[in-house]
Amino acid sequence: MNTNLQHYIDLVTVLTQKEMKVRYKNSFLGYFWSIAHPLAYSFVFFVAFKIVMRIQMEDYTLFLIAGLFPWQWFSNSVNLSPTIFLANASIIKKVNFPRNVIPLTMVIQDMLHFILSIPVIVIFILIYNKLPYLSWIYGIPILLVIQFIMTYGISLLISSINLFFRDMERLTVLFTTFLFYFTPVIYSEIMVPERYRHLINLNPLSPLMISWRNLFLNGRLEPAYLFVSLAYSLFVFLIGYLVYKKLSWKFAEVL
Amino acid sequence: MREPVIIFNNVSKSYPSYHHVIGGIKNFLLNIPKAVGSIRRTGYEALKGISFEAYKGETLGIIGRNGAGKSTALGLIAGVLKPSKGNVIVKGRISPLLELGAGFHPELSGRENVIMNGVLMGLTRAEVMKKIDEIIEFSGLGEFIEQPIRTYSSGMLARLGFSVVAHLDPDILLIDEILAVGDMDFQKKCLDKMTGFRNNGVTIVFVSHSMADVERICDRVIWIDNHIIKDIGTPIDVVSKYSRG
Repeated sequence: MNTNLQHYIDLVTVLTQKEMKVRYKNSFLGYFWSIAHPLAYSFVFFVAFKIVMRIQMEDYTLFLIAGLFPWQWFSNSVNLSPTIFLANASIIKKVNFPRNVIPLTMVIQDMLHFILSIPVIVIFILIYNKLPYLSWIYGIPILLVIQFIMTYGISLLISSINLFFRDMERLTVLFTTFLFYFTPVIYSEIMVPERYRHLINLNPLSPLMISWRNLFLNGRLEPAYLFVSLAYSLFVFLIGYLVYKKLSWKFAEVL
Repeated sequence: MREPVIIFNNVSKSYPSYHHVIGGIKNFLLNIPKAVGSIRRTGYEALKGISFEAYKGETLGIIGRNGAGKSTALGLIAGVLKPSKGNVIVKGRISPLLELGAGFHPELSGRENVIMNGVLMGLTRAEVMKKIDEIIEFSGLGEFIEQPIRTYSSGMLARLGFSVVAHLDPDILLIDEILAVGDMDFQKKCLDKMTGFRNNGVTIVFVSHSMADVERICDRVIWIDNHIIKDIGTPIDVVSKYSRG
């Protein structure tokens, strides 16, 4: 194999292993934290919307979990993006390695945590007297790929720009919070009033999150949603990559 | 004829002043005309039209006061910076010796860090694995190599860092002020290794404030002052001029 490619693969593997090792050094707590967060959110939204505001929906807990786990992957990666290059300033200033491996390994790592948390989703599905679907076998990998491209694209964009505009960090938190409430994660797309419903698909995350939930809860995968979310992912990735390409050789100057 | 492996051809490097930008998007948007103007006009020139060559197998020292442009020169050789004017040609694989603990993770063991560091510096995993015993042997860390490196002293970190770099088979080794740590024994080992490098045709660029080290190790010395090359020559010559100011 081409040595450059082999080296790139090794670099990503070694850095991912490092992150996983550090995280799971204390193995139980490491795993606990990657599921505690979405579970805690599920509980909070359950109390707020089911108990207090009495949302009309069956199995609302399951509904929340099916959406919040994939969302957590996205938001963890994106919220960490502004600081990852800064955190590696000392090597970026000295060693000439492809800088994009840093956001790349971060997104891979968060994806692995998400995959490892899928059994928790299964447990809840079983608790609610439902069963996993066969369609998951191809459905999960497809959605993983789409979400991976999308998340990596946004992370490249934000992490690169943050070196030049250091207040991106605050904006990013605002951005993910906005995006969260404008994406049908804690409510379903059908609950959105008719006249606003067409706006949902302007949000690049909506078709993806709806697809995850449908897949987990009904085993269905809507081709139209898949197509739209893939198109969004590729578009976002392209922008992120171009911005990264344009700025990356200046990283060592501004760090 | 000696073969040049590092060629600086009339190289200038200026940094735009990014402070308007680094102040954040809010600042930038509120002062767009001023900010854009300041990026255009006010640059900081770290190097002004310098030219030199380093030959295969030679040890080249770079000396000069703080802020003279030494680190910028190293950054240009390492390929992490691009020149604003002129061009830099570097032939072969470069290993930079990092400052203490950079690129290491405190929670991982010495061995795990060696692998990670080696791959970061451009080796494939298989290449690192082939050399790992030799690296650990050289570091003299013994069974500490399995301990997380947060438990290491700074001397031990320096040993580990140098051991990795020393076994990467670099064509060009960049050393930025590092030999001060580590005990006498290890310092001697480092110097021996560097002599070994020289005999094997490895080019070493050595930036230091220790004139004694520079005189001892280097074949030639470049004195950078005020962003230009003030003098190039034999260590004794240049160092004595530099010491007189």
